[in-house]
Amino acid sequence: MTNVPYNPLSSKIHEWVVTVDHKKLGVMYMVTGIVYLVVAGCEALMMRWQLAVPNNDILSPDTFNAFFTMHGTTMVFLVGMPILLGAANYFVPLMIGARDMAFPRLNAFGFWLFFFGSLLLYFSFLGGQGLTGEEGAPDVGWFAYAPLTSTTFSPGSATDYWVISLFVAGLGSIMTAINLVATILTMRCEGMTLMKMPLFAWMMLVDAGLILIVLPPLAAIQIMLLLDRQFGAHFFDAQAGADPLIWQHLFWFFGHPEVYILIIPGFAYISEVIPVFSRKVLFGYPLMVAATVSIGFISLGVWAHHMFAVGLSPAVLAYFSGATFLVGVPTAMKIFNWIATMWGGHIRFDTPMLFATGFVSMFVLGGMTGIMLAVVPMDWQLTDTYFVVGHFHWVLFGGLLFAIFSGFYYWFPKVTGKMLNETLGKWQFWFLFVGFLLTFGPMHMAGFEGMPRRIYTFLPDRGLELWNMLSSVGAAVQVFGFLFFVLNVFWSLLKGKDAGDDPWDAWTLEWSTTSPPPPWNFAETPSVLSRRPLWDLKHPDDPDWKYE
Amino acid sequence: MFDPVSPAATPIRDLFMLVFAVIGIIFVVTEGALIWSIVRYRATGDETTEPPQIYGSNPIELAWTVIPIIIVFTLFLVTTRTIYSLDMEEAPEGALRVKATGHQWWWEFAYEDLGITTAGELHVPKGVPVFVELRSADVIHSFWVPRLAGKIDCVPNRENHLWFQADEIGTWYGQCAEFCGTQHAKMLIRVVSENENEFNTWVAKQQEHAQETPTKLGGKETFLALACVNCHNVQGVSMEGGFGPDLTHLMSRKTIASGVAENTADNLRAWLQNPDNIKEGALMPNMMLTDTQLDALVEYLQTLK
Repeated sequence: MTNVPYNPLSSKIHEWVVTVDHKKLGVMYMVTGIVYLVVAGCEALMMRWQLAVPNNDILSPDTFNAFFTMHGTTMVFLVGMPILLGAANYFVPLMIGARDMAFPRLNAFGFWLFFFGSLLLYFSFLGGQGLTGEEGAPDVGWFAYAPLTSTTFSPGSATDYWVISLFVAGLGSIMTAINLVATILTMRCEGMTLMKMPLFAWMMLVDAGLILIVLPPLAAIQIMLLLDRQFGAHFFDAQAGADPLIWQHLFWFFGHPEVYILIIPGFAYISEVIPVFSRKVLFGYPLMVAATVSIGFISLGVWAHHMFAVGLSPAVLAYFSGATFLVGVPTAMKIFNWIATMWGGHIRFDTPMLFATGFVSMFVLGGMTGIMLAVVPMDWQLTDTYFVVGHFHWVLFGGLLFAIFSGFYYWFPKVTGKMLNETLGKWQFWFLFVGFLLTFGPMHMAGFEGMPRRIYTFLPDRGLELWNMLSSVGAAVQVFGFLFFVLNVFWSLLKGKDAGDDPWDAWTLEWSTTSPPPPWNFAETPSVLSRRPLWDLKHPDDPDWKYE
Repeated sequence: MFDPVSPAATPIRDLFMLVFAVIGIIFVVTEGALIWSIVRYRATGDETTEPPQIYGSNPIELAWTVIPIIIVFTLFLVTTRTIYSLDMEEAPEGALRVKATGHQWWWEFAYEDLGITTAGELHVPKGVPVFVELRSADVIHSFWVPRLAGKIDCVPNRENHLWFQADEIGTWYGQCAEFCGTQHAKMLIRVVSENENEFNTWVAKQQEHAQETPTKLGGKETFLALACVNCHNVQGVSMEGGFGPDLTHLMSRKTIASGVAENTADNLRAWLQNPDNIKEGALMPNMMLTDTQLDALVEYLQTLK
């Protein structure tokens, strides 16, 4: 054996590749998610360029179809999922006072499955053929409705790329979900009963439970579709007599809870941020837990509200409409509890709080348009139009993405030991906020005017020019917001202020260790008496455990 | 959709107004409370102590559990009532029956009781209910004309229905609303509502076989000699096709290529020369026609009045 000379770079890479540390894996998840956020954002920009004016020909129909398919697939599976799993990975053990996740090796395996699955999906740009058999990425929509995905209508391999890559990435997510449930149930420190966990941990428990329930059915139908395409099975093949609605039922049984899987982590981040920056304990913790659990349950029974126009019987329509309305109740409780937490506080508007407030205000509006879509006859007009595009971007961009940025600014100091720049952060917020309103507000109007989703171009003189132009201008404004973000991250990593252990004067366990935390997390295993252990430490005269 | 001309769309507009009012109130109350908290409870910077810690309040939390329940229950009742009263599956009395079949990427309209098959343009009499049987020849499509009714999907191996009634004379635009492949964007629908007499004239005309007008360039022979007939029918001339739109009365239609281009000699020629000129990816192949063939075919098609 020869001696290999020490090389700092390759040793660094080696350290990350072989790691089983939940913090390193968490960072890798989140960085991957942010990179894909930029990629999917660029796809969206191209679509807005194409749709800026009627009869535009910047993108061919097939390229446009591939971009909206990849934009949706990427945002859901390669941005939303890794960021939520990464944040859970990083912070759940720290918040519950654990040394690591329950199964560190499974954790690493899950990440690498996800990572290579995502690369496989993007390799389709080089190796796949789309609907017309021409080279290109998957172009059947992120929902991949049968029978458009059958070999008759989608002869190229791009659809197979979509199936296999998401199957592989999904296996990784299922493993990480198992890990999270096991960690939260068994690794809590002394004194931390379930009802004394930070709300973050509760929400991640519900979230991981949902993943465990709905991702396996997705994996199953993906395999069925693969059998159809490669081995001539007839699960979804309409020409062989299959009912294409089976795919829709099974897909949305996954697909609807999936949007809650994405948004619940958003709830989790701002449920930590709002109390700290309002200087008040979270209002109504037990109700928040109950609301989260009930959102999880109800979300499993509402899937057919994506299918109001497929020809369901009136009784089925009425049931799914009612169940969908019901989700509004626990969601409303949460919103009011967040506002009640702010009420009477001393609110500091640092960037995390700015984004958290943006989240609450925009999420309310996204909820309202959601109510409109639950009214079945209105849905007959609105479904599959730009109104729906506006609605879910309101929830996932104005909601989830703002919450992610809120959490990012809040925990970046813990992860890196450096503060992010406040001035750049505020510029980012305002550019994103204005760009967001301008992009997605007019989409609702375009939907009212009769513009369907997923069209690569539209005709002049149908009342659509103004709204589409405004949306495209808004997308350009957002670009500046994202540039400020990227600039801020790099600048702060190099020149940011040192954060110290507890820069926000916060109350949960992760702030009791150093920034960044050592590989062993805590020098001494913590033990807690209340939901806010650091509050108890800082206010020995008036600790929380007296009131809980 | 806010300017309906059909009793299938008016109740939906009314629902919109009701729901706008309800969510408007919720919006003002919620955002009002939020903005009040932001303005009133903003830290001034000279606080020396933490604010009072309030852990929760059962009566208040009960209130914002019960009030949303009452609101959504009311909305649920209104929704259910409208679903049943619109009843899309039941043909209204005296309705004209039409079968609408979605194809990649055009609409076929068949009036089976009247023996008419046409494409892209649905003619209906004003003030008479129309009961549409929705079918698909390939993938899922969705029939949507916002000012006449909500949308319902055309699903392979299933039969769906909707009804509408155009109470004014006019042309109502719509298009396919479910992603159905490359040219989903160019799968337009035109519903033409006219008064009883005009409609009956149109019906009588459509029921005739293709006109035999002598042509100078021998277009009919060209048409029959080429692969055109494998897909397109012309009543009285060739009934071998059916995959593409029926051309018997092509010139009675205002547009070609599913509403994308005006039905003019130039557009017909461009389309025949290469359908991708007008609709990239259209399933009609480029037949590599010579100029002579193109001239002959365009001349022939223009006789199909």
